[in-house]
Amino acid sequence: MEGDIVQMGAYIGAGLACTGMGGASVGIGHVVGNYISGALRNPSAAASQTATMFIGIAFAEALGIFSFLVALLLMFAV
Amino acid sequence: MASEDATGGVNIDTMHQFMVRPLFGEGAVHWYTPTNVTLWMGIAVVCTVLLLVMGTRGRAIVPSRIQSVAELAYGFVYKMVEDVSGRDGLKYFPYIMSLFIFIVFANFLGLIPGAFTTTSHLAVTATMALAVFIGVTVLGFVKHGASFLSLFWITAAPLALRPILAVIEVISYFVRPVSHSIRLMGNMMAGHAVMKVFAGFAGVLGVGAVFPVVAIGAIYALEFLVAFIQAYVFAILTCVYLRDALHPHH
Repeated sequence: MEGDIVQMGAYIGAGLACTGMGGASVGIGHVVGNYISGALRNPSAAASQTATMFIGIAFAEALGIFSFLVALLLMFAV
Repeated sequence: MASEDATGGVNIDTMHQFMVRPLFGEGAVHWYTPTNVTLWMGIAVVCTVLLLVMGTRGRAIVPSRIQSVAELAYGFVYKMVEDVSGRDGLKYFPYIMSLFIFIVFANFLGLIPGAFTTTSHLAVTATMALAVFIGVTVLGFVKHGASFLSLFWITAAPLALRPILAVIEVISYFVRPVSHSIRLMGNMMAGHAVMKVFAGFAGVLGVGAVFPVVAIGAIYALEFLVAFIQAYVFAILTCVYLRDALHPHH
């Protein structure tokens, strides 16, 4: 019985951990949105900054990946 | 992927496509067993060799189609390494080019219906990410000795903040291989699982199946984009880590 409650807690925790991905999506939207608004103001400078945008996306996404990792650990390792 | 085991039920197994199976017969998988992962990684390597060897064989002034693709890929990665890592990073261009082309082919081959996506396995991506992490760390210490540790000591910050920042920098340095590998694996696995879920919807809806089928088409197009972007992100992050190793002083 006790084991069942632990498993239930792990599953609920895994679901809750996935809310962290929402934060990553907000962050990525912010990065890309600002890139687009900057690119429309100065299109000639846009091409040189795409790499920077992707690095920014990757760093914003990393925190979402950690929440995914926590969910995976709760599902399969706990 | 909608495969032969999609029998029309909602209890369709989305993770079945990621099973590692021996190529010949049944039984346990040992480290030396040829599996479907081996097969599809091999196909990715063969495709890479075909593109780059066949592409550069003619060396025509007016390039053929395959030569243009090979030149385009070479120029794209070369410019990325030069822009992000700087000119002294170009010495390590072959490694980044190999990583990029291999991941591109592994991702794209995984999109063929019925194929196996090797990059959806953490074992594959973690090996590549750890190779990058260990290589970059060793390179930093070989190039700069102990002064490589100044990467963690940010002199631009006020002195009181520096120890706290150093702790944060060390943590963020050591989670690099984690995020580097799980980003690629998660994107590949999630995208393919979503397609399988929509294939399950198509099985139960009858005439209404046209909607999930159209949705699968749209998701497939998105996955095509994601397959390229994730390879690009993997390569560009390798360039960023390389830049940190070559120029650790902020």
